[in-house]
Amino acid sequence: MENESKRYMAPGKHVLMGNVAMAEGAMAAGLTFFGGYPITPSTEVPEHLVWRLPEAGGAFIQMEDELAAINSVAGASVAGAKAMTATSGPGTSLMAETISMAAAMEIPLVICDVQRNGPGTGLVTAPHHNDVFQCKYSGNGEYEVIAYAPMSCQELYDLTIEAFNAAETYRCPTYVLSDAYLGHLHEPVVIPTAEEVKKLVVARAILDKPNQEKFTFLDREGNIQIPPAPVLGTPNFPTTFISQPHGPDGIPVNEDQVLKPNTLLVEKITKNVEKIARTEAYMLDDAEVVIIAYGLTARVCYHVVNLARKEGLKAGLFRLVTIWPFPYERVKSVVAGAKAIVVPEMNLGLMAGEVERCKPLAMPMYKVPKIADIHEPGEILAVVRKAKEAHP
Amino acid sequence: MITRPDDLPEEELLLSGTRSCAGCSMSLMYRTAIKALGKNTIITVPASCLTVLHGLYHKQSVLVNVIHTTFETTAASASGIVAALEALGLDEKITVVGFAGDGGTSDIGIQGLSGAAERNTNFIYACYDNEMYSNTGTQRSGQTPYMAYTTTTPHGKLEHKKNIPMIMLAHNIPYIATTCASYPLDVFNKFTRAKQFKGTRYIHVLAPCPPGWGYPTHESIEIGKLAVRTGIFPLYEIIDGKMFLSKESEPYLDPRKRLPVADYLKKQGRFKHITQQHIDTYQEYVNGQWDFISKML
Ligand SMILES: Cc1ncc(C[n+]2csc(CCOP(=O)(O)OP(=O)(O)O)c2C)c(N)n1
Ligand code: SF4
Repeated sequence: MENESKRYMAPGKHVLMGNVAMAEGAMAAGLTFFGGYPITPSTEVPEHLVWRLPEAGGAFIQMEDELAAINSVAGASVAGAKAMTATSGPGTSLMAETISMAAAMEIPLVICDVQRNGPGTGLVTAPHHNDVFQCKYSGNGEYEVIAYAPMSCQELYDLTIEAFNAAETYRCPTYVLSDAYLGHLHEPVVIPTAEEVKKLVVARAILDKPNQEKFTFLDREGNIQIPPAPVLGTPNFPTTFISQPHGPDGIPVNEDQVLKPNTLLVEKITKNVEKIARTEAYMLDDAEVVIIAYGLTARVCYHVVNLARKEGLKAGLFRLVTIWPFPYERVKSVVAGAKAIVVPEMNLGLMAGEVERCKPLAMPMYKVPKIADIHEPGEILAVVRKAKEAHP
Repeated sequence: MITRPDDLPEEELLLSGTRSCAGCSMSLMYRTAIKALGKNTIITVPASCLTVLHGLYHKQSVLVNVIHTTFETTAASASGIVAALEALGLDEKITVVGFAGDGGTSDIGIQGLSGAAERNTNFIYACYDNEMYSNTGTQRSGQTPYMAYTTTTPHGKLEHKKNIPMIMLAHNIPYIATTCASYPLDVFNKFTRAKQFKGTRYIHVLAPCPPGWGYPTHESIEIGKLAVRTGIFPLYEIIDGKMFLSKESEPYLDPRKRLPVADYLKKQGRFKHITQQHIDTYQEYVNGQWDFISKML
C-alpha cells in the first residue's frame, strides 16, 4: 500500500547522480511499478528503485530479460499502475515489439533509455545519442512516441515527471533519453516540496464504467480526444486489450474501417505537437547562425553561443527539450531568417535529417558529429565561425 | 581421465594478462576447460565477465576461436555455427561450445538453450555460475542463492537457486555434469568426457567470484571446496539419464559427513546479514536436495 510519507524526497538541494535523479523524478511522478533488467549505463536506476519503491508502497521486479521487463510494465499499466522501465540500446532493441503493441493499445508507459555507444554491444560506458531514431522507429507499424532529452540532473528529475504526465495524457510510450555521461554525472538537484510536486502530477484517468459519452476519438469541434483507459479488473467492467486497430469503444475494427483508428493513433500526437513539444530559444532574435541541439550537447551549445557572441558572431541556440514529436513548424520559423544552420549531435547526424526537412533547400546546414564523447565548445564554435565566413 | 595435475596438457590456450579480477575462479576454470576442448574449438559467448576476460581483437587472451554474441543468444548462435559446420562437412573436426554466465544461461538465455537442447543440437553448453550478474556490478540472477545480497536483493534473495541441470535433464540430452572451479582435474575430465558425446551436452561449473561474494581474493579455491563439502553444490554426471555422483561429492551422500552450511555462508560478505533462522532454512534446503539426489542414483 502507498506510503506517501516515503514517496517524496526531502525538499531542498541534494547532490544526485543522474540515474538517481531520474529514478526520483519517477517516484515523484507517482511510479508504482518498476520492471527492469540490469544494463550498463542504466543499472543505477533499478539499483536505486529496488529499495526506494517498496518503501513507498510500490513494487519492483528485476525481470529475466528486457522482453519480460517491458511486458511487465505494460501489464502493470493496464492494471492501473504508473509503470516504467530503464535500459540502454540493446535492451530497447529487445523491447521493440512490445513498445509497438503498447502504442497500438494506447498503454501509458515510460522508458528511460540511458544511451550508450552502439551498434551491437558498443562501448558500454561511452555516451552516444544513437537511440534517437530507435526510440521512435524500432517497433513495427505506424505510431508516434514522445521523447524527452534532458541535459542536466535537475532536468532528469523534472522532465521524468513531465514524461509520466505526457504518457498519461497521450497514452503512448514515452521516453526519457539520457546517456552514459549524463546518467553518471553528479550534480545539485533542487527537490520541490511534496505539495508542489503533487500539483505538477497528472493522475491516471480511469474509465471505471462503460460510458458511451467518453467512447469517442473526436470531440464536437473535431479535435482529437484521448479517452481514459479502462483498467483490467474494474468491477462491472470486464474488458479486453488487444493490439489490433480499435474503434473508440476499444473494439477491433475490420479492414475497411482501419484507416481512421490508425490515423488517429498517429494524429493524437502529431496534431498536438504544439502542446507536447518543449523547446528553448537562446539569443535567437537576431541570430544569423542558428544552432539546433538536444540533450547533453545542447548544454555545451549555450556556452558556444556565449563564446560566439563575444567574438561578435550572431549565433543563437534552438534547443529541443523534446525530440519527438519533432516540432517541424517551430524549426521552420526559427531557421527562416538564418544565414546558416549548425547541428551538433552526439552521433553522425541523425536528427539533422529532420532539420533538413524544415529548412529552405538553399540554406546551408553544417553537421558537427561527435561519437562516444561530449563536444568541446571549441569544436562547435569553429563550425559556427566557418558557417559565418562562408555565408556573411 | 586424468588423476594428477601433471597430466594436464602443458600448452596454454588462455594467455596470461587477462582482464578478469584478481582471484577470479572463472578464469582458472576456463583455462582448464579449454585445455580439454583443444584448439579446434569455436566458442560462442554472450555478454558477461567472460567477454571481458577474452579482451578485444588483437589483444585477445585466448587461442581458440570466439564469437561474442548478444546476451540472450548463446545457444541459438551455437545452433547456427553447428548447422553451418555440418553443411560444410567440418563438424567432425571442430567442437562447438556455448560458454555463458549464470544470468546468460538461466534468465535471458534459457529460451535459446531449451530450443537447442530440444533439437539435440550437437554442441557443448557450459554455464559458469558465479551466482550473479557480475559483469554489470552484481545484480541478482536466477542462480543467486537464498539470502545472498546483490545490489538488487538488498535484504537478501528470498528464493532459492533455479536448478538448471534438472531442467536440462528434462530435455533428454545425453550428457549433463556439474563441476567446480576448485577442482581443475574434475573440470578437465568432465569437459573431456563431454567431447565424446554427440548431441547437446550441458556442464554447470560453480565459479566463486571474490568481489561479488565478498571474500579475500586468495580464498576462491577454498570457498568452492566448501560449497562441495557442505553439500551445497553437489558434483555429478548424468549420462543418458542416469546420475553418477562424482568422487569429490560421494562422501556427502552421508549427511553426517557434510559440513554445516554455516561454515560456507559465514565466510562471505554477501551472507553477512543472515540470521540463524535463515541458516536453518538453508540447511533444510540442502538436505532436501540430497534426498532428491539419493533417489536419482
Ligand atoms: C540485451 C542485453 N541486456 C543486458 C545486457 C547487460 N549485461 C551485460 S553482461 C550482464 C550480466 C551477465 O551476467 P552473467 O550471465 O551471470 O555473467 P557474469 O557477468 O556473471 O559473468 C548484463 C546484464 C546486455 N549486454 N544485453
Ligand atoms: S567479477 Fe567475478 S566473475 Fe567477473 S571477472 Fe571479477 S572475479 Fe571473475
